[in-house]
Amino acid sequence: MGFLHEFIKGVWRENPTFRIVLGICPTLAISTTVINGVGMGLAATFVLLGSNLIISLIRNVIPDKIRIPAFIVVISTFVTIVDLFMAAYTPVLHEHLGIFIPLIVVNCIILGRAEAFASKSGVWMSIADALGMGAGFTLALTLISSIRELLGSGTLLGIHILPATYSPAVIMILPPGAFLTIGVLLGLFNHLSSRRAS
Amino acid sequence: MRELLKLTIILTIICSAAATALALVYNLTKDPIAYQKRLKKLKAIRAVQPDYDNEPDQDFIDLPMAENKKRDSGHIRFYITKKGGAFTGVVFTVSAAGYGGTLEIMLGVTPGGTITGVEVINHSETPGLGAKITEDSFCLQFKSKNLGNTKWALKKDGGEVDQITGATISPRAVVKALHKGLVFFHDHRGEILKEG
Repeated sequence: MGFLHEFIKGVWRENPTFRIVLGICPTLAISTTVINGVGMGLAATFVLLGSNLIISLIRNVIPDKIRIPAFIVVISTFVTIVDLFMAAYTPVLHEHLGIFIPLIVVNCIILGRAEAFASKSGVWMSIADALGMGAGFTLALTLISSIRELLGSGTLLGIHILPATYSPAVIMILPPGAFLTIGVLLGLFNHLSSRRAS
Repeated sequence: MRELLKLTIILTIICSAAATALALVYNLTKDPIAYQKRLKKLKAIRAVQPDYDNEPDQDFIDLPMAENKKRDSGHIRFYITKKGGAFTGVVFTVSAAGYGGTLEIMLGVTPGGTITGVEVINHSETPGLGAKITEDSFCLQFKSKNLGNTKWALKKDGGEVDQITGATISPRAVVKALHKGLVFFHDHRGEILKEG
C-alpha cells in the first residue's frame, strides 16, 4: 500500500466520477468549457488536499460523535479560502464557476474521502489519496468538458479547432449535453473495466 | 455531562482555528478583490462610453426609481463621464426580465440622450440562442440610436431593431430595458446634468 498505489487508485480504479459516480452535480453543471472543467477540478483538489491533511492530523483528537460537524467545518474553511483567492486572483474563472465554488462544501467526494479515508489513515497516505482523487476528478472533468466544448462550440480552450463549416451542436453545452456525455463515457468505462476483469 | 463539555470544547477549538485561518485569508485577499471589482466596473464603463478622463466610479449620482411602487426598486446609479472637465455623458444599468432570469444591461448615453454603447453585464439566457444578445453583432446596432430617431421594437414587432434568429424573448427584453432607460434619462435629464 504505497503512496503511488493510493494515488493511482483515485485516478483509475476508484475514479470519483466514472467509477464511484460522486460529485456529479458540479460535473454536469460546469463542464461546458475546458477552462471551467480544469478550474473546478483544481479547486476541488486543493480543498480535498487541505481537508484530508487536516482531518488526518487531528483524527485522533476528534471524538466519533462530532466527527461530521468537525469535518464540515474543516472542509468549508478550505472552500472559503479557495473562493476568496479565486475572487482575488482569477476573477474571470471565479465568475464563470460562480455558485459552484461555494458548493464544493457539499461535494460528496470531499466529505466521502474525509470519512472513508483520511479519518482512518496516516498523513502521507491521506495526501496521496487526496492527490489521486483530485487528479481523477480533474481528469474526468477535463475529458467531459473537452468533448462538450469541442462539439458544442467547436473550440478547445477558446481556440477554434473545428472548421468554420462545422455548425456547433448547441445541445452539447446545454444540460442535456452533460447527461449525454457522462452517460456515454460511463458506459465506455464500465465496458473497458468489465473486459479487463474477464 | 463531562462528555458533553469535552465535545463542546473540542468543537469550539476547531471552529476558532477555522475562524482564525479565514480572518487571515480575508485580510490577505480584501484589497485584491476590491481592486478586481473596481477594474471590472471601469472596464464595463469604458466599453459603453470610452470618451472620458475622470474617474466615473467616484463621480456618480443616485436617483430613485419612481415608477414601480409595488416592488422596492431602489436606485439607479448614474456614473458621470467627463473629459477635460466637460460633461461627455452618463453610464447606467437597466434591467428587464429575460427568458432565463433578469438581464442587466449597461448603457452609455450622451448628454443629448443618444446611446454611445450597450453591454449586457449579467444574464442567464440560453447559450447559442438568447445569449447572442451579448454579441457585438447585436449590441453594436444600438450605437447612436435615441428616443427620437428609432422605433423601439424588434423588426418583427414593427420596430427598427434587428432581431436574433431563434430568440425572441431575450432581444425583446433588451429593447424594453434600453427604452425604459432612455425614457428615465430623458425625464431626469435636468437633475443628472446639473450634477455633472
